[in-house]
Amino acid sequence: MKTNAPKPISPATHLPKCPTGIQGLDEITGGGLPRGRPTLVCGGTGCGKTLLAVEFLVRGAVQFGEPGVFMAFEETEAELKANVASLGFDLAGLVRRKKIAIDYVHIERSEVQESGEYDLEGLFVRLNHAIDSIGAKRVVLDTLEALFASLPNEAILRAELRRLFRWLKVKGVTAVITAERGRDQLTRHGLEEYVSDCVILLDHRVNDQIATRHLRVVKYRGALHGTNEFPFLIGDEGISVLPITSLGLNHKVSSGRIATGIPRLDAMLGGRGFFRGSSILLTGTPGTGKTIVAANFAQAACRRGERTLFFSFEESPNQIIRNMHSIGLRLEPLVKRGLLRFHAARPSLYGLEMHLATMFKEIAAFQPHVVVMDPITSLMDSGTASECRAMVTRLVDYLKAGQVTTLFTSLTQGGHALQQSEASMSSLMDSWLLLQDFEGNGERNRVLYVLKARGMAHSNQIREFLISNRGVDLVDAYIGPSGVLTGAARVAQTAREKAEALASQQEAARRQRELKRKRAALEQQIAGLRSEHEASAEELRQIDEQVGRRTRLLTTERTELGRLRQADVSVAASARGNSKPKSKL
Amino acid sequence: MKTKTSSGSHRRPAKLWQLRLYVTDSTPKSLTAFSNLKKFCESHLKGRYRITVIDLVKQPQLAKGDQILAIPTVVRKLPKPMRTIIGNLSDTDHVLVGLDLHAAD
Repeated sequence: MKTNAPKPISPATHLPKCPTGIQGLDEITGGGLPRGRPTLVCGGTGCGKTLLAVEFLVRGAVQFGEPGVFMAFEETEAELKANVASLGFDLAGLVRRKKIAIDYVHIERSEVQESGEYDLEGLFVRLNHAIDSIGAKRVVLDTLEALFASLPNEAILRAELRRLFRWLKVKGVTAVITAERGRDQLTRHGLEEYVSDCVILLDHRVNDQIATRHLRVVKYRGALHGTNEFPFLIGDEGISVLPITSLGLNHKVSSGRIATGIPRLDAMLGGRGFFRGSSILLTGTPGTGKTIVAANFAQAACRRGERTLFFSFEESPNQIIRNMHSIGLRLEPLVKRGLLRFHAARPSLYGLEMHLATMFKEIAAFQPHVVVMDPITSLMDSGTASECRAMVTRLVDYLKAGQVTTLFTSLTQGGHALQQSEASMSSLMDSWLLLQDFEGNGERNRVLYVLKARGMAHSNQIREFLISNRGVDLVDAYIGPSGVLTGAARVAQTAREKAEALASQQEAARRQRELKRKRAALEQQIAGLRSEHEASAEELRQIDEQVGRRTRLLTTERTELGRLRQADVSVAASARGNSKPKSKL
Repeated sequence: MKTKTSSGSHRRPAKLWQLRLYVTDSTPKSLTAFSNLKKFCESHLKGRYRITVIDLVKQPQLAKGDQILAIPTVVRKLPKPMRTIIGNLSDTDHVLVGLDLHAAD
């Protein structure tokens, strides 16, 4: 029983699809519009309905070999050709080569008198003729609703429209019908009632004076589709719904590492720097050296021979080059060698989508290994928080898919280092470095620490970030009983410690000397005693000697006396031993 | 202004009225329209009209030129300016207005 065997049929294969060729739209719809069925594209004025329809036809004719009919109810053929020529669509050429047929349908209500019954068979005949004349597979009706203004009898019109959509299905063409957005419904005249297979809603909104177009697939019968509202752009190559890589999270991952250009920072990141292809967020308050870290990173990449693209949203390239020169970073030769490219644009120049598109274009053209965005927060001002987050997500996805290592700098306002926007953005980032000001003792000092670094052992220490004209360096901040000290305080503390150490050294030496002296004194004392001892021993000996001599003398004297006094023999005999003096006598 | 030009053409009654009737096949609506138009012309424009019936099923390319959408459609090619009436012409008053017949009287 292999009941759990995966079914080979995916939902996408159930329904044949007709690729639009429009960048991003096919990804959202899972392959394109429903083939052989009508699709309703509705939206307000100037949101790109006609353009989407034209692009659908042009790309169909050029890329997919499917000729198409454009039935225009609003613009004449000449107007249409001129309008889309600016987007690089050679409509006139395609018409000449019979890839596209344009039929301008126009009725001036004031010139038409109605009398009795009629139907719109004429429209059918024209459409049919146009389709058959070039073998069209695609049809655009732009904007069908104009008929409501031209024809007085709405009942007939509605019946005929219903018949038209049925007829289009029978004809087997993939149709795009554009319609003006209504107040409480999708279209002004309720066309969505007739076209029920696929409905795409376009929208043009202005937020903070910056307009952004949005596209949403409201309905797609029988197929999975992205239901979100996707921002899109009308660029010089047509429409691009940019880019729909965020539908999946399956980037390739590299375990290669790249140096940051600051050796001590590499050491903090497990000794080898960031992962290749990762996204790095560098946040800091104003003047903490974000651009400097970024420039170091860029320079290090260029020195490895990797192309680096530097997006600057606040400073001009020349200003960055000059400023970095002052700390010993020479970026100009790298620019000349084509390894480093700057792209500077004011954030307010255009909307987020346009920025994103421009960035994508630059990245696609330059094929960089490393990208720097300085600072990403400037861009954040050009949209709402959610739009910005979506933009950063797409940007990160795009760069990760291309294995591009990206450093985003982010400016935080005021004292608080972690703001809400950073916190929400940081989840998209693999590494997060924080630059901060430490204020105290009448000075400001910069410190740097690694807040997070996915997938690597990293230092938890605060390092003081020093900028000098020889470049940047990280030194250990002083961490002691009185807290973290930086700058002059750190130097003073170190000096104080040095002095204390010296003092205690001196004290020890002094005590050593004293003890030595004491010992020497004792030894001296010992020597005195010993000599005293020796002296008394000598005295004793001398006394002994004297005593002996005196005894002898006494004996001699006694013997002499005895001899003189004629002492008895015994005395004489005993005294014989000492007879010499006696004999002498 | 329009009425003046119309009355100008009115002074030259010999002018021929050229009418085109666009139909598809011989549908009831088309046949009704043709007979209504014929009747109408006979009573108002006797002797100075010509009706051309164009079957769009046979000549679909002709629909574009006169901007035909509705069937049946009558187009007054002459006298100028061009005028258009859609429907089976069952409402005679509207036909009168539509063809601006006062120009002919």
